[in-house]
Amino acid sequence: MDIETTDLKMTARNVSVFYGDKMAIDDVSIDVGREHVTAFIGPSGCGKSTFLRCLNRMNDTIPTARVEGKIALDGEDIYASGMDVVQLRARVGMVFQKPNPFPKSIYENVAYGPRIHGLAAGKAEMDLIVERSLKRAGLWEEAKDRLAESGTALSGGQQQRLCIARAIAVDPEVILMDEPCSALDPIATAKIEELIHELRGRYAIVIVTHNMQQAARVSQKTAFFHLGTLVEYGETTEIFTNPRQTRTKDYITGRYG
Amino acid sequence: MSEAFDTVDPTPTDWKAEAMQRRIRQRYAAERRFRLIGFAAILISAGFLAFLLVTMFHDGAQGFVRTEIRIDLTPGQSAMIEAGDHEGALRQSGARLFSQSAWLALRNSGARLGPVWLPAADAIDVAAKGEGSAAAERTYAALRAEGRTRTGINWTFLTGSDATDPTAVGIWGAVKGSLLTMIVTIVLAFPIGVLSAVYLEEYAPRNRWTDMIEVSINNLAAVPSIIFGLLGLAIFLNVMHLPRSAPIVGGLTLALMTMPVIVIAGRNAIKSVPPSIRDAALGIGASRIQVVLHHVLPLAMPGILTGTIIGMSRALGETAPALMIGMRAFISAPPGGFSDPATLLPVQIFLWSDEVGRGFVEKTSAAIIVLLVFLLAMNGLAIYLRNRFEKRW
Repeated sequence: MDIETTDLKMTARNVSVFYGDKMAIDDVSIDVGREHVTAFIGPSGCGKSTFLRCLNRMNDTIPTARVEGKIALDGEDIYASGMDVVQLRARVGMVFQKPNPFPKSIYENVAYGPRIHGLAAGKAEMDLIVERSLKRAGLWEEAKDRLAESGTALSGGQQQRLCIARAIAVDPEVILMDEPCSALDPIATAKIEELIHELRGRYAIVIVTHNMQQAARVSQKTAFFHLGTLVEYGETTEIFTNPRQTRTKDYITGRYG
Repeated sequence: MSEAFDTVDPTPTDWKAEAMQRRIRQRYAAERRFRLIGFAAILISAGFLAFLLVTMFHDGAQGFVRTEIRIDLTPGQSAMIEAGDHEGALRQSGARLFSQSAWLALRNSGARLGPVWLPAADAIDVAAKGEGSAAAERTYAALRAEGRTRTGINWTFLTGSDATDPTAVGIWGAVKGSLLTMIVTIVLAFPIGVLSAVYLEEYAPRNRWTDMIEVSINNLAAVPSIIFGLLGLAIFLNVMHLPRSAPIVGGLTLALMTMPVIVIAGRNAIKSVPPSIRDAALGIGASRIQVVLHHVLPLAMPGILTGTIIGMSRALGETAPALMIGMRAFISAPPGGFSDPATLLPVQIFLWSDEVGRGFVEKTSAAIIVLLVFLLAMNGLAIYLRNRFEKRW
């Protein structure tokens, strides 16, 4: 891997994940660049979402899940006993496959994170955070006159951008996106992809996707997962034009998946 | 894939064939039949409800009014009233005409001379309502001819307590007893039930112990109420020596009975909150308790309230456990607090239905109306609260 160590935001070493006795991830080591969009691709059930959810310890909520190996954020082991999960999840935000705004107003959706973490000193500051987050998520123009309306009243694509704004509002360092466009139409998808371009550099972004064109369009690094193992990881252009492994080549040319 | 299309179907499906048409007709017939059966079921249940309500209101309405007889106080009676001998004053006008509570009405009226309206005796009252004995009918007819009778609202019934004379009984004592008991029940059962549901759903590990607790709670909800009464008798009265017949004991016992219902309803309501909402909150760094308090509970609240109201309605109508803890005593004054002797609405209905006096029949029906109104008010409050909490998705 040809990235400088200082440019790494997250590093995973020899990570294995078990659900009960069943092994879901087998010995995966991967680096997430500070200024990169990293894409995880692979067929359904290959473990890419499972691995993504290890990066902010969302798997903790599944009682049978067990993680082995080491995952570090800025060199700090996130599975260490001293790590506060709540703070970790604020630093490593997440956007889910299905848009899941709270059944509250648009304003409240964005303000919720900053409020529970005490990031705003008063109403004025909160207004500022909400406006900035919605602007960064490209939703401000559409939402500024209807901040009091329910977040669930928005269209699917707008809801997903609201979820991104909600994640941005707590000022995370990494944003994990679990197939963020799979429930959206092509126009909404294009908007999200454009947004990912704009967010790159400010946040380290990891995106799981089924759509290989999307991975090629938005990411600089691509990891190909198959049957719980990491088959190939490298520059996106390399992976798509000159894959080293036959399995990768078969997948990206549509032979299976 | 392609070989499936190689074997060409020799006869294409004929959608207009006789067999097909018959199938369509049968389908329509089945559809109509099913709708009719459903409609009949609704009609039958509505009929039963209407029958219950009509009978109750027809019989019970009489319980809210009473017959009053006018007497014209003479100077002699005035002197007796001055001396405090109201009973004596009444005797001069024919004591048998009046209710046992008439002297109270006389005292409270403050009248010294001239006309005053006093509640009639049970026999006259029943005669006035058309079901009395021949002698009483004659007396009533005579009084009526003199213009000395009228029908008034039976305020005693709404403000008084149990008595031996049906014209002197009141429902307020039982209403207040039920009210105090329900307060104790909800204050105990609601928070404990909801917290148990939250713990079991959100925190408890899945193992043999939680499975056992779950089975026990489900069974507890199905235990006959009289068993809870026995339990209350054994623990609250015999071991803890709490006062007999008191709303506090009734409330404790009914809370035991209501709690499992709230736990089960609460768990179902919490389970039905979509996991994506929990993920969303966890994903931006909400702690477990923040997820529960900010998102899960508000979304589950309508369901929890529905379960609570079902449990409370059952508790309100419960007679057996109250009998076991001594609430079947004759209580002639409304309870002043949670530890005073009291009776409950259903127990009062049970006691009055046991009385032989003709006047108690209508009082029983009237008490049932009061109980139904109480229930309706409670359900109305729950529906109002539920609608306030309901979120649109």
